[in-house]
Formats: sequence, structure tokens, C-alpha cells
Amino acid sequence: MFDVNRVRADFPILEREIHGKPLVYLDNAATSQKPEAVIASMSDYYRRYNANIHRGVHTLAEEATAAYEQARRKVGRFINAYRPSEVIFVRNTTEAINLVAHSWGRKFVGPGDEVLLSEMEHHSNLIPWQLLAKQTGATLRFIPFSKSNGTLQIGHLENQINEKTRLISVTHMSNVFGTINPVRGLIQKAHERQIPVMLDGAQSVPHLPTDVQELDCDFLAFSGHKMCGPTGIGVLYGKEKFLEEMEPFQGGGEMIGSVWLEKATWNDLPHKFEAGTPNIAGAIGLGTAIDYLERIGMENITLYEQKLTTYALSKMREIADMRIFGLAPFRGGVISFYLGKIHPHDMAQFLDSRGIAVRAGHHCAQPLMRKLEIPATTRASFYFYNTFGEIDILIENLKKALEYFGYGT
Amino acid sequence: MELDELYQDIILDHYKNPHNFGEGEASCTNIELDNPVCGDHIKLMLVIDENDIIQDVKFTGSGCAISMASASMMTDEIQGKKVQDVREIIEDVLGAMRGEKQVDSLDEHGDLVALKGVIKFPVRVKCATLAWHAVKDGITKCEQEKNK
Repeated sequence: MFDVNRVRADFPILEREIHGKPLVYLDNAATSQKPEAVIASMSDYYRRYNANIHRGVHTLAEEATAAYEQARRKVGRFINAYRPSEVIFVRNTTEAINLVAHSWGRKFVGPGDEVLLSEMEHHSNLIPWQLLAKQTGATLRFIPFSKSNGTLQIGHLENQINEKTRLISVTHMSNVFGTINPVRGLIQKAHERQIPVMLDGAQSVPHLPTDVQELDCDFLAFSGHKMCGPTGIGVLYGKEKFLEEMEPFQGGGEMIGSVWLEKATWNDLPHKFEAGTPNIAGAIGLGTAIDYLERIGMENITLYEQKLTTYALSKMREIADMRIFGLAPFRGGVISFYLGKIHPHDMAQFLDSRGIAVRAGHHCAQPLMRKLEIPATTRASFYFYNTFGEIDILIENLKKALEYFGYGT
Repeated sequence: MELDELYQDIILDHYKNPHNFGEGEASCTNIELDNPVCGDHIKLMLVIDENDIIQDVKFTGSGCAISMASASMMTDEIQGKKVQDVREIIEDVLGAMRGEKQVDSLDEHGDLVALKGVIKFPVRVKCATLAWHAVKDGITKCEQEKNK
């Protein structure tokens, strides 16, 4: 049985007061908070068995290596990878996508080729492909989204893939709309034409059970820090056959087989893509975060967040002059809105004074904002430790913000 | 950190009823500036006469209460003044916002005193300075056009 109060006790930061009010943390799409167990596991590594991995034969090095590789196995199991060597540790989602754009893209994308993205991508799943297009002479194409509810217009897909399409890379869940995209069908359609698909899982993996074998995605990128893990650790999952045929991303120690002055051979997967000393403590922390999430159960997390989101949406829609961006039937706990004429930065500042943390801005999705013809939104985003009571506090203070700022200019 | 220090009544008044807001004829190039961080946008129309006096200024745009109020106060402040004096005021405001100048320098400039509260909210300083960067650019461009 999921008990939110028991869960909250695991997060030391949730005891904090902000400007004399209890913290109401609703910026989870930006980063999640960390349970005590994650903080302790990283501290334990530094206190008891800190050493560099893979090379030393001493006890500390063996322990550190075992913990790091165990974290990789935990990640692999968590997303149901075929094998742990398909899990590459990187810094974050952004680095994972850059890795694929660089190492796969430069090898397999040429002049006149096309890469298909969507109009709702975070800049991290846009700019790496712009750089690739600039280098290779490839063209980017975009699946449009509906302005009315923030869903992808998948019906356009047939017109947008052709014999020149080399790769499709789309977000599994929008960081602005909360839309959960129908990626399973998209991947099937793409695979009928032998087009590989990369998923940006930054928002989906922390909130939904993820099975890469069932999804059949060819690449999946996600960040540790949005799923109770530390910053500076992220994951690129790739099917072995793709990772094998790719060139390394960065050169250095660990990623090599044999080195001569003029040439070198590459290490086996996954080490080929992990040049230099990695974020050992970060990987261990992420492994602990996964243990923690699995103990609660990803199904329980999804179910609870769905209830929370449905409740928040229904309450917010009762407020006059409220515009909500993203009303897809399948959506996660990310709500972007504009209330009256209150600029999102004023709204976020007002809510902060009441202890409520939300995000204001373009959420690294400027093309999306331009299409909606708005400069910014305020965004409230939930995780499993948020409560219905916190939603009530948000709603109450949204109404107070209207009183404070009036209806603006 | 009290919210009312940031959103002082003067700021909220200017935000709700901005002065010199609307399209106007400019004597030289219009200036448009954006704050990419928050999407604030300002367009400034300056009329500077042959004696280097700012005869008129209008602005349009969209943004948060701080940026719009600051723009409104800026237009009030520079109206009818010599370009040379306006430059000093601009430096007073930008310097105070950057923490390089005494904030008390704002005391002599009427409503601008309300901007003192912004300094305690470093993230919002960019909002307050947008209009001042715009007018600085505007004056420079007008002078360049005049000297052509």
C-alpha cells in the first residue's frame, strides 16, 4: 500500500521551511529531491571505499568497481535492457543525446539525409541534431503538435518518413505539456522501414515503468537527478548492435584496448563510451535511487501521480482566466499554465514567498513557446512525495496571486 | 526577504497603468531588446531633438511586472532631459543594480527609488535593467545616425 506520509519521511529536505512556510516542492520536472538512502550511499562510498575503478587490484578498488558495475546492472534491470553492457553511464540526458548524435550520427547520417524530431522537444533533443545537420548537410524534419491540447500529430508521420530518414528522436513525455507520446506505435512504424528510434526519457523514466524490450526503442536517454538520484549521472541505453558499430564519443583512459603512439583499439562495451574516471559516487547513488523506486514500485508511483494530476487539473480549471497548456488524454504530472495576465516570473516569485517552488520560463523549449505565441509559462510538476494537501495550497495561492497583481496591463 | 519589498506599490502602479505605453513616431531607429531567459520583450521609440533633448519616448512590449514597471519609470525619468544627463542616470541605475554603485543614488530620481528592492532579488535584476539597456542602446544608435 502506498503511503505518501511514510515516503515523505525519507526526504530530509521536505522538512524545510521557506520564508516561514513549509516547502511545497513542485519543480520535479527540473530535478527531484533525494531520499536519505541515496545521500547515505554516496557518503558511504567516499567514507569507506573510495578508489578508482577497473584498474586497481587493491581491496578498495575492487569494492568500488563492484559497486559501480552493480549500479549498471541495477539500471539495466530497471529498464529491462537485454544486457548490462547496453547501459552507458553519462552525465545526463543531454550528454546521452549528444553521444548518439556524435558517434552514430556522424557515421550514418550524410548530406541530404533526414533526422525526424518533433516540435515539442527540449533543446537537448534539438540542438545536438542541429549541430549534426550543420556538419553533415542533413535536414531536420519535425512532427507537429496540436496547439489545442499538446499532443503529437502522429497522423503526419507517414508523410514525414521516407527513404532518406536515418533516425527518429522524440521525447517520451513532454517537459512542458506532460503529454505521454504514443512512442510504441511510432517505433513500430519506423522499424517497418528499418529506421532506428531514440527516446528522450528524461521525464518518462522517473515516473513510468520503462521496458526497453517492450518499447523496442533503439536508444533511450535519461538523467539520474530527476529520479531521486544525484546530479552528474545519466544513462544512455542502446541496443548492442548499434553501440557496437558506433565510434567512441570521447578518447582517453578506460575506453581503449591497446594503444600505440599512432593508433589504438577500443575497449568492449560499455567501456568504449566511458572515457576517463567516471562519476563513481553518482552511479552508486543512482543505483540506490533505483532500489528505492523499486521498493515503492513504479506502478504505484504512476498510479498515485495520475490521481494527483487529475485532482490538480480539475481544481486549476475551476479558476477563472486559467489557461493550461497540454490537455492530452495520456499525460504525466507536469502542468504548464498562464493565469490571467500574470507573467510567469511574477507568479513564480509570488508562489516562492508562500513556500511553493515552481518553474517559470520557456522550459528549454523556445520553438514550442513560439508556436503557442507565449513568452513563457509557469510550470508545476509533481513526484510521488507530493500530496493532495500541497495541491490545495497551490490552488489557494494561485487565487491570491490574482488578488495581489490584479489582472495586470 | 519580503515580497512587498520587490513589488512595492510604486512598481505595481506602474505595472498596472504603465506610462508612455504605446506605439509612437521615433526620430531615429526603434530599439528592440529581449531577455532570452524569461522572454521579456521591449520596443522603445525615442524622439531626440537637434539640441539633444529627449522630446518624447514611448514603449511597447511584454514582460513581468518588474520589467514593465521599470520601463514605465524609465520613460518618465528621461522625458525632457538632455541626452548627456540621461546617460548619467542610466549609469546610476545599472551601476546600482550591478551592486557597483551606492543604491542611494536612486533616491534623487523619484519613483526609481522603488527599484532598490529589486537588488535583494538577484535573479530579477535582469528584469529591471532591460529597459535601461534598451534606452542606452537607443541613445547610442541615435547619436551614430546623427553623426553619419
